[in-house]
Amino acid sequence: MTISESILQINDLHTTFYTPKEQLKAIRGINLNVKKGEILGLVGESGSGKSLLMKSVLGILPDSAKIDQGEILLENKHLESLTHKEYQRIRGKDIAMIFQDPMTALNPLKKVGAHIVELLMRIRGFRKKEAKLEAIHLLGQVGIPSPETRVGQYPHEFSGGMRQRVLIAMALASQPKLLIADEPTTALDVTIQAQILRLLKKLQEENGMSVVLITHDLGVVASLCHRIVVMYAGMVMEEGTVQDIFHRPQHPYTQALLDSIPRHENSQKQKLKVIEGTAPSLNKLPKECPFAPRCKKAFERCFQEVPHSRQVSSTQQSACFLSEEVNS
Amino acid sequence: MSTSNVKALIEIKHLKKYFPVKGFKARKKKQMLKAVDDVTFTIKKGETFGLVGESGCGKSTLGRMICRLYDVTDGEIIFDGTNIENLKSKALKPFQKRIQAIFQDPYSSLNPNMTVAEIIDEPLEIHTNFPKKDRLNMIKAILIKVGFKEEDMNKYPSEFSGGQRQRIGIARALAIQPDFILCDEAISALDVSIQAQVINLLEDLQKEFGLTYLFIAHDLSMVRHISDRVGVMYLGQLVEVSTSEELYKEPLHPYTKALLSAIPVADPDQKQDLGGDLIQGELPSPLDIGEGCRFRSRCPFAMDKCAKVAPELKKVDGERVVACHLY
Amino acid sequence: MFNHRHIETIKKECKAHKSYLFAIGFLVLIVSLSIFAFLLPYSPNAVNVGEALQPPSLHHLFGTDDLGRDYFTRALFGGRISLLVGLLSMVISTSLGVIIGATSGYFGGVIDNILMRFVDILSSIPWMILVTVVSIYLTPGLKAIILVIGLFTWMRTARLVRAETLTIKEREYVLYAKLSGQSFRKIIMKHIIPGVLPTFIVSSTISIANAIMMESALSFLGLGVQQPLSSWGSMLQDAQSTLGNAPYMAIIPGILIICTVFSFNKLGDIFRTMTVKKG
Repeated sequence: MTISESILQINDLHTTFYTPKEQLKAIRGINLNVKKGEILGLVGESGSGKSLLMKSVLGILPDSAKIDQGEILLENKHLESLTHKEYQRIRGKDIAMIFQDPMTALNPLKKVGAHIVELLMRIRGFRKKEAKLEAIHLLGQVGIPSPETRVGQYPHEFSGGMRQRVLIAMALASQPKLLIADEPTTALDVTIQAQILRLLKKLQEENGMSVVLITHDLGVVASLCHRIVVMYAGMVMEEGTVQDIFHRPQHPYTQALLDSIPRHENSQKQKLKVIEGTAPSLNKLPKECPFAPRCKKAFERCFQEVPHSRQVSSTQQSACFLSEEVNS
Repeated sequence: MSTSNVKALIEIKHLKKYFPVKGFKARKKKQMLKAVDDVTFTIKKGETFGLVGESGCGKSTLGRMICRLYDVTDGEIIFDGTNIENLKSKALKPFQKRIQAIFQDPYSSLNPNMTVAEIIDEPLEIHTNFPKKDRLNMIKAILIKVGFKEEDMNKYPSEFSGGQRQRIGIARALAIQPDFILCDEAISALDVSIQAQVINLLEDLQKEFGLTYLFIAHDLSMVRHISDRVGVMYLGQLVEVSTSEELYKEPLHPYTKALLSAIPVADPDQKQDLGGDLIQGELPSPLDIGEGCRFRSRCPFAMDKCAKVAPELKKVDGERVVACHLY
Repeated sequence: MFNHRHIETIKKECKAHKSYLFAIGFLVLIVSLSIFAFLLPYSPNAVNVGEALQPPSLHHLFGTDDLGRDYFTRALFGGRISLLVGLLSMVISTSLGVIIGATSGYFGGVIDNILMRFVDILSSIPWMILVTVVSIYLTPGLKAIILVIGLFTWMRTARLVRAETLTIKEREYVLYAKLSGQSFRKIIMKHIIPGVLPTFIVSSTISIANAIMMESALSFLGLGVQQPLSSWGSMLQDAQSTLGNAPYMAIIPGILIICTVFSFNKLGDIFRTMTVKKG
């Protein structure tokens, strides 16, 4: 894998929360690669650090958190050392984002169209008239019916699904190279979720941008993503194509995660397989493999050192001592 | 589990709940929000009845009416042969002992100022006359049953994770040995691996104590797993009731079809319709429901008849009922 | 309620804010001094015209007043009255506020409407005028002033508690208690009151400060405590006539009032940061 293929590269990133009492190492040495034109699924349970990782990339960490070490490269440009102002330019232009709760991301006092028009004028240098036409075009593109009238309405006049579409239109307005979507459908109903997922897929195919989709829903990942990164306790457990992860999961955590969703082919009243215990809390992170205490296959070595990521096949990596290393 | 010949524990007959709409204009017009509008079904002893639908379909309102948290506008709730829809405080009390609930939010369902023991003691204190010492022993036993240690009883909810809190909620509901537990989105706020833990616990407890569950959720795959029968709600009405196996194998109502095909499947090889063309647009406002079928505005199979006559629940085969003119 | 974690927080807060340390220190000092005021060698009412209007000295720490009474002793006994008024009227106003706020928030609807409009009306009348009119009908004195302050300052607490109750009653543990058949009284006692307690504590410390201010103002106008009892407010009033030759007689109670009110307000801040940290 050469660097030129990838749009976003993260090397050995560490992000820590500094509280007066303690330091919480939320992200511990993450390597990640987002290729051009792919949808990468970032999967993990709550507290795994998946949202924080992307906040590190976007430079929107909370005040108490800081990147300790590591590199973030957006098309070979270092992001981790950017000033606030430089970051702002990149955030608008090269990277766009969509959040879980569309209501908080929109200004209730501003018309929906004004949100998009402002972006178009600021980032793409449109004049007001052109921007307005483009805004209507974008709203139509994300499937909002009668965009000519909707453009003049306020966010509260939109339903949750429609608001999420507005956010997607805003993200598209800047024609980003990379779109980061943080649980974009978690707050929505299934049928609306399906519409949004289809829309995301269609837009990605048309525009060829890269997408990082943060989610805890394995179904969403399977239906949308090309590659998947599985995170646990601030570390990457496994990485691979959708086929790799769903059909040949190497890491016990991925296997357990897949086992815990009810499968339709199973007869109904079969017991669900569970992962016993709970994820470690940030202030009590173990020095060994973070999953070892809950792992059914754990052995002595797992409690002594942290397994490093091994190449399992040309497309798949797993951070487990049990995974056979392939020298490629 | 075969449930076809088992007696009904809860019978719901033509149940309605209308909320007056706030605001001067709405009050003048006597506008009503029909949250639950003429719902009829039964929950059999020992079964798990799943209730699914999108937000705003009235499933939670229905659950809360059964628990008598909401008053009933019209219709009947028959619990084990007794009409409970109009019972007040004293007369209702024996039923409150038999009907319990687990709620959605593990962070707001436990009082943060009370210890685990105090939380579980609440229903015991209301419904039993045991002295405090006996109650403490009972609490210990229940806690161990749902997977805690004895010493956990003196801790506060903030010391536990979401899944653990939900188990404390289950322990509280279980303490007075109810017949029926309402699980209102009881696992929606939990992580996948934790959901499985809670589901397994609920199933084990059901076997052990012969519990009956009403399982309200929007996650259809978990509902399929845990439920014996499933009811699908749309805009305050039941559109289909079926055994869960049949429902998922061959959904009849167009809304059920759309709902099922919209679930993203955790299998990359399966073709993902994601709703396809089965559903259009968004949920219409529950305030202006006209005549006819409520789903017709989004239904790809809508006919002329659908705009005029509201379809009634009809028996299709066996225990299956559907409200659609296609059948 | 309180455990070592709270004490830790207080310690940390005090380190960060020197004013907190002063507030706690001053309150401990002034409260214990006024409790043990009877141990002082002078009686607050012992007249000794020969020693009238002496400036502060070793014998008389705060000097003497126009009747030769020891001003230090009088200040401490006055503090007793001021603190007593503050405390008791706080008890009246916060209990009224909590009961009315909790009922209003819990029941909502018509009851809420009536109670809150009543609160609006009471709060829109300038309290000074209200209190002046009411105290004309009551015989002036300690009881009257406590009642008057207590009965006309509960509105702010009621509003705060109502808002808090509104959010708590929607919590699922209250729903659970309702569906389990818990009585209304127990729901209020077990779930609502402990939930509003942090708000209640913060608001009650500020109530004390306000009540002390009000008492001083009323006593200064002659509507407060009457001779031979004295409070800091009435001491201020007495000092008016001798302002020219003994300014310390006005300055000392003035400083005491300022410091006490400041300290109680700071105490409120401490409690507030504590509850925020907990959440």
